Amino acid sequence: MTVTVNPAQTGQPLFYVVDEHDHAEGGSTMLGFWIYLMSDCLIFAILFATYGVLGGNYAAGPAPKDLFDLPLVAVNTSMLLMSSITYGFAMLSMQRSRIAATQVWLAVTGLFGLAFVGIELSEFRHMIHEGATPQRSAFLSSFFTLVGTHGMHVSFGLVWLVTLMTQVWRFGLVEANKRRLMCLSMFWHFLDVVWIGVFTFVYLLGMLR
Amino acid sequence: MFNNPDFLKFIFGRFTLDSLPLHEPIILGTFIVVAMGGIAVLGGITYFRLWSYLWREWFTTVDHKRIGIMYMILGLVMLLRGFADALMMRMQQAMAFNGSEGFLPAHHYDQVFTAHGVIMIFFVAMPFVTGLMNYVVPLQIGARDVSFPFLNNFSFWMTTAGAVLVMMSLFVGEFARTGWLAYPPLSNLGYSPDVGVDYYIWALQVAGVGTLLSGVNLICTIVKLRAPGMTMMRMPVFTWTSLCTNVLIVASFPVLTAVLALLSLDRYVGTDFFTNDFGGSPMMYVNLIWIWGHPEVYILILPAFGIFSEVTSTFSGKRLFGYTSMVYATVVITILSYLVWLHHFFTMGSGASVNSFFGITTMIISIPTGAKMFNWLFTMYRGRIRFELPMMWTVAFMLTFVIGGMTGVLLAVPPADFVLHNSLFLVAHFHNVIIGGVVFGIFAGIAYWFPKAFGFRLDPFWGKMSFWFWVVGFYFAFMPLYVLGLMGVTRRLRVFDDPSLRIWFIIAAFGAVLIFLGILSFLVQIAVSVLRREELRDTTGDPWNARTLEWATSSPPPDYNFAFTPVVHDNDAWWDMKHRGYQRPLTGFKPIHMPSNTGTGIILAGLSTAFAVGMIWYVWWLAALSFAALIAVAIGHTFNYHRDFHIPADEVVRTENARTRLLGAGAK
Repeated sequence: MTVTVNPAQTGQPLFYVVDEHDHAEGGSTMLGFWIYLMSDCLIFAILFATYGVLGGNYAAGPAPKDLFDLPLVAVNTSMLLMSSITYGFAMLSMQRSRIAATQVWLAVTGLFGLAFVGIELSEFRHMIHEGATPQRSAFLSSFFTLVGTHGMHVSFGLVWLVTLMTQVWRFGLVEANKRRLMCLSMFWHFLDVVWIGVFTFVYLLGMLR
Repeated sequence: MFNNPDFLKFIFGRFTLDSLPLHEPIILGTFIVVAMGGIAVLGGITYFRLWSYLWREWFTTVDHKRIGIMYMILGLVMLLRGFADALMMRMQQAMAFNGSEGFLPAHHYDQVFTAHGVIMIFFVAMPFVTGLMNYVVPLQIGARDVSFPFLNNFSFWMTTAGAVLVMMSLFVGEFARTGWLAYPPLSNLGYSPDVGVDYYIWALQVAGVGTLLSGVNLICTIVKLRAPGMTMMRMPVFTWTSLCTNVLIVASFPVLTAVLALLSLDRYVGTDFFTNDFGGSPMMYVNLIWIWGHPEVYILILPAFGIFSEVTSTFSGKRLFGYTSMVYATVVITILSYLVWLHHFFTMGSGASVNSFFGITTMIISIPTGAKMFNWLFTMYRGRIRFELPMMWTVAFMLTFVIGGMTGVLLAVPPADFVLHNSLFLVAHFHNVIIGGVVFGIFAGIAYWFPKAFGFRLDPFWGKMSFWFWVVGFYFAFMPLYVLGLMGVTRRLRVFDDPSLRIWFIIAAFGAVLIFLGILSFLVQIAVSVLRREELRDTTGDPWNARTLEWATSSPPPDYNFAFTPVVHDNDAWWDMKHRGYQRPLTGFKPIHMPSNTGTGIILAGLSTAFAVGMIWYVWWLAALSFAALIAVAIGHTFNYHRDFHIPADEVVRTENARTRLLGAGAK
């Protein structure tokens, strides 16, 4: 904000804002949400670090090569990447204030997200069925925790998505709802980025180990 | 049905009547005293019909000033609990010689030293520091409130919920017996099968949410809501140190959250992160927790440095010496605090190169800290120093903290640390810096800003009593521990064989009693000040002839802080205004846009407490139910789109006119 000093009248600098307007609500929300995301990113950093340290400790149990089904994970990755694109389309529609299109793209995003969580759960079920449980070795503990934490974030994002769709449906694309959609958008893309880390670091490098 | 053990287990989890410490006379006695005190307080509130007032004006408030005051009260209450633990330890160690077992059984003593550490750091120092930042920062930057007022209320109640869980563990079940950082494998289920470690985990997780959110909140507040003209390099130093502290909070508390989550997975699910077998690594935990733990000590000390800076320049009547170097020193400390964590466990055996790296980074931290020390000294040099209470605390800090800093540099030398690791020398060192730095800073801050918050000064006589008891008591209590540590006595011992050590423990216990008198004097000081409030009244809003913006408004400030947002032209904005003929505006008031109160914060925190209790006691239905309720209430809250209101212009006029009268009356 620029401050006007008005020496003509008094010769005194201005010490307070005379003509003040209400601050727009939510002016700090984007910054605050960014900072929150960075703190969340640190949680993932710790889980990655833990996986990095403990990920080779198989304790005579199964190793990544025995467990990972890379084509399935690739399909899963594409689900999440697609959901990020469709969320982008939802945001474009939102900026043109087209409620119906926004809602449709959000719904598509939700379906992709749901598919991602579903495939991940079936992968987990399969592994546990084969005896590769989180209790089996430190490698599996850190694998399930890292991938599972990401999956829980996506599930939480889905709950959030449904909430926001309800709010858009009931209150329209008001300023507050646009801001919330922006926050979820950042959250969603953030999870995408984290997943790329998981895919590379856990799955691809795991197959090379 | 009620005799069916499975049914009881479903309802109560692992809680049985044996979980109540009815067979422990010390705890039972404490419980009776606390219960009677609690009933008296609750009865008093009911009798005077204060519940609705408290709910409307305090519990649901989003006003940063009231939330700040509530943080201070929380810190004070928990200080009494944490200090009771300290006294018990000192008594035990002074008694347990010549075959005597002292008065505390081992399993109780172990809980006492764990609880002492946890409470003093998380529920005394943190609330005090957060409370001061919450109260002062928005005023110093000329803002009406913080960026996210509702989150602020929620953060406070989450912190309180964590404190409630710790207090609950005293009477229902037990607390951890692991030391304040709960190292595995001791804290794993195999060695700590009881509820103690679970209380520890959940208390810190619940409070951690509050701390993290309040960190985000204050960063946004400082970055976004500064008054026009207040560039970063015109911010008051306390605001700078608060900014750095909150950056540290946001960048370190997630690590604590993650590592405690991993520990709970080990305990609840049976994973192998920190186990001795199946590929787990307990040292992983020690590394991770100190990656949080070391920044944490700077989270506590940086705001204290800020307080000392404000106090020194105010009571020396001079601009702070070396403002820019002070800011850079703070930022450098912030960054370096992430590069030293390994010095807490040189003895892990990382090898000479790793240890020397961390030893050197640790020693480097003393450089910016030393720069600050000289800045304060040069601020005082040729200043017109007024030895009011805040300044006395500051001088005591400078003397004491330098000693603590030097023993810290001794400990930073890895070979020396191999001798002193986990000895009482270490205990003396960190009490030296935490009491001499953080606690003295908090007391300086309380004495300095109390008149701003309540409109009257604290009684100086009882303040000086408290000061001398604390300072002298500190030296009596902790200097003997340096000696004992050098003689090889390790920490957390309950009984001793060598009778020649006893005299030192008796001196230390005497020191603890002096500190106890210091705390009592502090309480008396508050009581006496309330009684004498008319004599101590501050009508000016600027009782110390101070320099920063919080003194530009009335004491206590109105809900909206400033009728008109101030415009800043100088580092010491208020000093500049005073000296360039600032006239307080008397007309032209407008309605002021403010956030509305909400009860959602306290409800969410209550549900979190219920969830934690369910998890601690394996009462799965309670945990599931309260978790579902938590989500439902949080979502429900987002359906409320009307979160603000306007204070009408005529109310602003009334408030400001009252201040004008007060200023006129004070001038006579």
